Amino acid sequence: MPKPCSLLGLEHLSADDVTRFLKLARKMHTPHPKPLLRGKRIALLFYEPSTRTRVSFEFAAKLLGTHTSVISADSSSITKGESIVDTGKTLQALGADCIVVRHPSSGAPNVLARNLRIPIINAGDGMHEHPSQGLLDAYTMLRHKKSLKGLRVAMVGDIQHSRVVRSNVHLLSKFGAQVILCGPPELLPDTAAALAPDVKISRHMEEALRKADVIMMLRVQKERLAGLKLDAHKYVAQYQLTPERLKLAKNDAIVMHPGPMVRGMEIQSEIADGPQSVIEEQVQNGVYVRMAILTACMGVA
Amino acid sequence: MKTAGKEFGLIRVNSRLSNLTIRNGLLIDPSQKLEGKYDLLLKDGRVAEIAQAGKLKGKGDENIDARGMIVCPGLIDIHVHLREPGQSHKETIASGTLAAAAGGFTSVCCMPNTAPVNDNADVTRWMLDPARGAHVNVFPIAAATLGSKGEQMTDFASLRKAGAVAVTDDGKPILNDAIMRQAFLGAGKLGIPVIQHAEDTRMTAGSAMNSGPTAFRLGLRGWPSEAESNLVERDVRLAAETKAHYHVAHLSTAGALKAVRKGKHNHLNVTCEVTPHHFALIDENVGDYDTNFKMNPPLRSKADREALLVGLADGAIDCIATDHAPHSFDEKNREFDHAPFGIIGLETALGLCISILGVKHKIPLRRIVELLSTNPAKVMGLAGRGTLARGAYADVTVFDAAKKWTYHAKDSHSKSKNSPFDGWQMQGRAVATVVGGEVKFRA
Ligand SMILES: [Zn+2]
Repeated sequence: MPKPCSLLGLEHLSADDVTRFLKLARKMHTPHPKPLLRGKRIALLFYEPSTRTRVSFEFAAKLLGTHTSVISADSSSITKGESIVDTGKTLQALGADCIVVRHPSSGAPNVLARNLRIPIINAGDGMHEHPSQGLLDAYTMLRHKKSLKGLRVAMVGDIQHSRVVRSNVHLLSKFGAQVILCGPPELLPDTAAALAPDVKISRHMEEALRKADVIMMLRVQKERLAGLKLDAHKYVAQYQLTPERLKLAKNDAIVMHPGPMVRGMEIQSEIADGPQSVIEEQVQNGVYVRMAILTACMGVA
Repeated sequence: MKTAGKEFGLIRVNSRLSNLTIRNGLLIDPSQKLEGKYDLLLKDGRVAEIAQAGKLKGKGDENIDARGMIVCPGLIDIHVHLREPGQSHKETIASGTLAAAAGGFTSVCCMPNTAPVNDNADVTRWMLDPARGAHVNVFPIAAATLGSKGEQMTDFASLRKAGAVAVTDDGKPILNDAIMRQAFLGAGKLGIPVIQHAEDTRMTAGSAMNSGPTAFRLGLRGWPSEAESNLVERDVRLAAETKAHYHVAHLSTAGALKAVRKGKHNHLNVTCEVTPHHFALIDENVGDYDTNFKMNPPLRSKADREALLVGLADGAIDCIATDHAPHSFDEKNREFDHAPFGIIGLETALGLCISILGVKHKIPLRRIVELLSTNPAKVMGLAGRGTLARGAYADVTVFDAAKKWTYHAKDSHSKSKNSPFDGWQMQGRAVATVVGGEVKFRA
């Protein structure tokens, strides 16, 4: 990739762009990666608490030889009411070569990108997108499946509030996968089917899982329910991934979860830790994929 | 629609009134069912004579040659936010009314959500003080409840006496049935409308745009159309009970329009306005979080927009009003869900009406003038305005309906530049705005 660029979401990327990120991630998938970004400064601007994504980006950046600095919501000027644009401009003036941003407002990375000269990498914005997760999920699927084309991917749970779903759906749709979204109407509006071509909606988990190649389970995001009450017992009865339900999928189906996982709610422990689970591998792959994203966005590879 | 008796609010910036003739234009005045080549003589702030082209008896000191132009009663925008007192970094009465004049408007009705709120006669009088430097006529609309908190009624009679032409808690809908009933009863006695910003806020908490596929795609909380239509239905019921004049501000949904149609069908005094942005744009236009497409009510679905276009053509919708809502660049330049609602609209309204309603949807200019002048005057009870009948106020708009131009928000006369129409090609533009016989804007 010749020029520095932002990564705000997967929706507007072409299949070729995605492939380029994934190819680069395979190159990074080595015990001794080259410090391609030696001396660069990367700011990790986290307006929302996050362990997984923040540490993953931090490790990725350090493996590439960068200086990183984490700015989190509870510290710093953010709590003093400084606007996101001013915070971004300050980091840019301090010499940041790139900002990785996590924010509770959908579209916050777009605001930074419009106002700054340096690349902005979206590490999850509100209910909008989580592009690095979408890419690492595709990367993980491709470690187990030959191609994304024709792959039957069931995503079950809180679709409405999930940025992971939106990024995954955009990416998978570009490669001709069949996506089935499954959940109760409160967590999965009918309008979700319009997100991308070849997206189907099912209210029955049994129907969604039948012949699936990939099952992606999602956590109910209680913090985003905004007053909506959900009957947990009913939810578990209808949408929990159990060994019986897993049998409906293809024998070689893989089980994924973007985390954080609530065992006993959307997924049973024996599946999360079972032979078909690739949940830990997703986390490992995340570092390589984020190394690829950082390198590509900074115009180095 | 009833017309209230005495009216207030004419601001004479300059007492020097000369005689002015406007000749050779195509005059359109729906109030007199006139459409043809007529000349006008304006004298002492009034329409002195209207005669077939070349047949004026009186003489003017000055003349506007309106050959090839449309001449109509001055445009009236019954929904603007002038931000004074309290938020003069966004707009002042002077800057907002300058934008109005540039857009062809000779009168504006300004909303009470200022700081302090226009909930007492002192604020109303302050707004009307000549020291504000208004360039067009200003008619304040007062708050219906103290501080627009929806609890205690304001003193409608004293506000009316000070110059207010209607009451509303715009921006803060009146949800409580008892309060709305009281507002209707109080306003009914004075013959002024109660204007409702119809939004059931219990259904819109945390919402930044219309619910639907675009809101889902952007991960923004959706704002259901029922939040508007439910409240309009309730209000129409209360208006029927109280026989008061109910006016729906910035109506945006097919459902609410249906309720208004039903009210009219039942001969209730129910009127409504629609903004240019709601007939020009839909929710999909929000793009990737452009906050200049964030307004309240939000841009709606294609089906809603189509219903509005039908209502604009067939008469179910009474007026076009801009909901001119200036915000500074920095205020809008932030996260979509945290950015304030609203856009400026005074200088794009006429162009959008002619381009979209006139050229694209073949709505005749006569109807457009009715929507922008005749009816707004009637709805707000502005006697002697929205008409060029002899003796009427000499408020006249001259516009070129064929003029093609490009709108650049940076060139706006408003203090703020928050417009979704920046860079739009338009057809139709004001060439002269005459207020009380004085030329306040000349292209
Ligand atoms: Zn309003």
